[in-house]
Amino acid sequence: MKEPVPAELAIETHGLVKRFGHRSAVDGIDLSVPRGSVFGFLGPNGSGKTTTIRVLLGLASANSGEVRVLGKPMPAALATVLPDVGALVEGPGFYPFLSGTGNLMRLDSADRHALSSTRRQRVHDALERVGLSHAAGKKVRAYSLGMKQRLGLANAMLRPRELLVLDEPTNGLDPQGTREVRGLVRSLAAGGTTVFVSSHLLAEVEQMCTHVGVMSAGRLVAQGPLEELRAAGQAHVVVQTPDVERAAGVLTRLGLVPGEAPGTGSAWGSTALLGTGLNGLEPEKIVAALVAEGVRVRGFTVENARFVSLTGEGFDVVG
Amino acid sequence: MSAETAAPHSAGIVRPGIGWALLGSELSVLFRRLRTWAMLIALAAVPILIAVAVKLSSRPTTPGRGPLFLDRITQNGLFVAVTALVVCVPLFLPLTVGVVAGDTIAGEASLGTLRYLLLAPAGRIRLLLVKYAGAVAFCFAATATVAASGALAGVVLFPVGPVTLLSGDTISVGESALRSLLIAAYITVSLLGLSAIGLLISTFTDVPVGAMAATIVLSVVSQVLDNLPQLEWLHPWLFSHHWLGFADLLRQPISWTSFADNGLLQAGYIAVCGALAYAKFSNKDVLS
Repeated sequence: MKEPVPAELAIETHGLVKRFGHRSAVDGIDLSVPRGSVFGFLGPNGSGKTTTIRVLLGLASANSGEVRVLGKPMPAALATVLPDVGALVEGPGFYPFLSGTGNLMRLDSADRHALSSTRRQRVHDALERVGLSHAAGKKVRAYSLGMKQRLGLANAMLRPRELLVLDEPTNGLDPQGTREVRGLVRSLAAGGTTVFVSSHLLAEVEQMCTHVGVMSAGRLVAQGPLEELRAAGQAHVVVQTPDVERAAGVLTRLGLVPGEAPGTGSAWGSTALLGTGLNGLEPEKIVAALVAEGVRVRGFTVENARFVSLTGEGFDVVG
Repeated sequence: MSAETAAPHSAGIVRPGIGWALLGSELSVLFRRLRTWAMLIALAAVPILIAVAVKLSSRPTTPGRGPLFLDRITQNGLFVAVTALVVCVPLFLPLTVGVVAGDTIAGEASLGTLRYLLLAPAGRIRLLLVKYAGAVAFCFAATATVAASGALAGVVLFPVGPVTLLSGDTISVGESALRSLLIAAYITVSLLGLSAIGLLISTFTDVPVGAMAATIVLSVVSQVLDNLPQLEWLHPWLFSHHWLGFADLLRQPISWTSFADNGLLQAGYIAVCGALAYAKFSNKDVLS
C-alpha cells in the first residue's frame, strides 16, 4: 500500500453552516488552514469562533457544509483524526476533586491510542512543559484560573500532535504566562505542528501567527498569510462630526462606505464616522467635499488600517 | 514552558485496544469522590441505626408491625441485613443511585470534562457504556454496603444461629450468608433499570442536579403508581414492581420466579433507555 500523500491543508471547510434555532452562529465559511502554519482565528466574542471549533472537532454537528481535518472528513473519521489533535476548547474543564496529575491521567485514559505504560511519564512531562510541576499533586479546586488554563494546555500536549486547536489559550494568564504560551506555540510550530489558535486580540495574533482568518458575525471576512492581509488592509478615514447623516451622504457620493467607527471615541459632541473603500481617493478631496457640503468637520484622520476594522476589535458582542 | 519535546507525528500511536483504562479510570474517579463515600456511609448507617434501636428498645417488637423481618432481629442477628435492605429499597437506595446515574453525562457536561473526554477521543458509545458500567458498580456497592454493614451490626449486637425461613425450614449460618448475597444481587439487578433511566435523563441536560432529581422523582412515582389498585394493568410494567420481591429468596426451595421476572423487566428498561440514550447522545451537540 502506498503511503497517502499528506494533504496540504490541516483544516479545510466548505460552506460550513451551524445554526442554533434560526440564528446562524456560523454562516457558510470556507476555512483553509495550511499544514505547518500558525493560524490565528480572529474575531470578537460571539462571532462564531468557538462554534466553528466545536464543529471542526466533532463536538457539534454542522447543518451543512464539509469539514476535513488532517485530510480526513469529519465527523466521519473522528476516531482516527482526534488522537492526532490536541485541543483546548472554551477554557479548561477539569474535575475539581482530582489533582492536576489525576485529571490528566483520567483524560489520557479515555484515549484508546494512548499507551498506558507511558502515561505517567507523559503526564509528568506535559505538566513540566507548562510549568505546573510544583502543583501537580494539588487538587484542581485550589488552582487559579491561569493554572487551570495551563493544565488545559498540558492536556492538549499529552501526546505528540499533528494539529493543536487552542481556543483563546491566553485567557486568564498573566503577562508572563501569555509570553510563555507564545513561546510554546512557536516551539510547537517549529517542530512541525500546525497550530490553530483563536483569539479576540489582534495584537496577540499578530505576534505569533503566520496565517490569519477573520470572523465577523458568523462569516469569515478575510483569510490568508498575515503579511498579505496586512498589505491589503484598507486605508480608511474617520470623520468627527455632529452632522453624521450629511457626512455619510457625502462619503457615499464619493464612493466610500460609511459606517460606525469601532473603538474610536467621540470628541466635542461629535460622532465618529468611518469611511472605508478609499480606492486611491485623496483624503484632502474628501475634506473639501465635506466642507463644501456644510458638514462641520471637527476631526479628520486617515488610518492605514491593519484589519482592526474587520474584527471590530474591542468589546463588540454580536447578538 | 520548555520547547524541546515538540516532535509531532504519531510517536505514541499504538493499535487501539478496547481501552479498559477508561473503565478503570471511571471507577476510580467514582469511588475516590467524597460524595460517593458520603452516600455509602449514610447507607451503612441505616442497618446500624435499626440494630441499635431494636437492641435498646425494651418492648418486644410485635410481628407484623414495622418493616418486614424486624421482629426476627432479636432472635437472629442475621436478619438485620435483610431488614435494612427492606428499609432501604423504597427510598435510600434509589436516592443514591439516582444521584450517581443522573450525574453520569450531565455531571461531566457541567464540569466541562465531557468535551475533553470526547476529544480524547473516548468515543460516544464507549463513554456511554463506561458511564453506565460505573453506575452499575455503584448499585452493587450500595447494596453490598447495606448488607455488609447489616451483617456486621447483627453479629455484634444479637445472637446468631441457624435461620428459620419464611417456609419454616431452617438453614445454616453459612447458607444464610449465601442467601444474603443473593438478595443483594437481586436488589442490584432491581436498580439497573433505574440507573438506565438516570443515564437517559442525564443525556438531556447539562445540569446534573436536575437529572438526579428527575430520576429520584421517577422512582417515587413508579412506586406510588404500583400501589394504586386502579392501575393494576400498569403494574407489571413499572420498574419498581419487583423491588420488594426478594422475599422469595428466603423460601426453601428458593423460588426463582420473581428473580427471573425482575431480571427480564430490568433488561427491558436497560434496552429501551439505553437505545434512547444512545440515540440522543450520539447526535448531541456538546456545547457545555
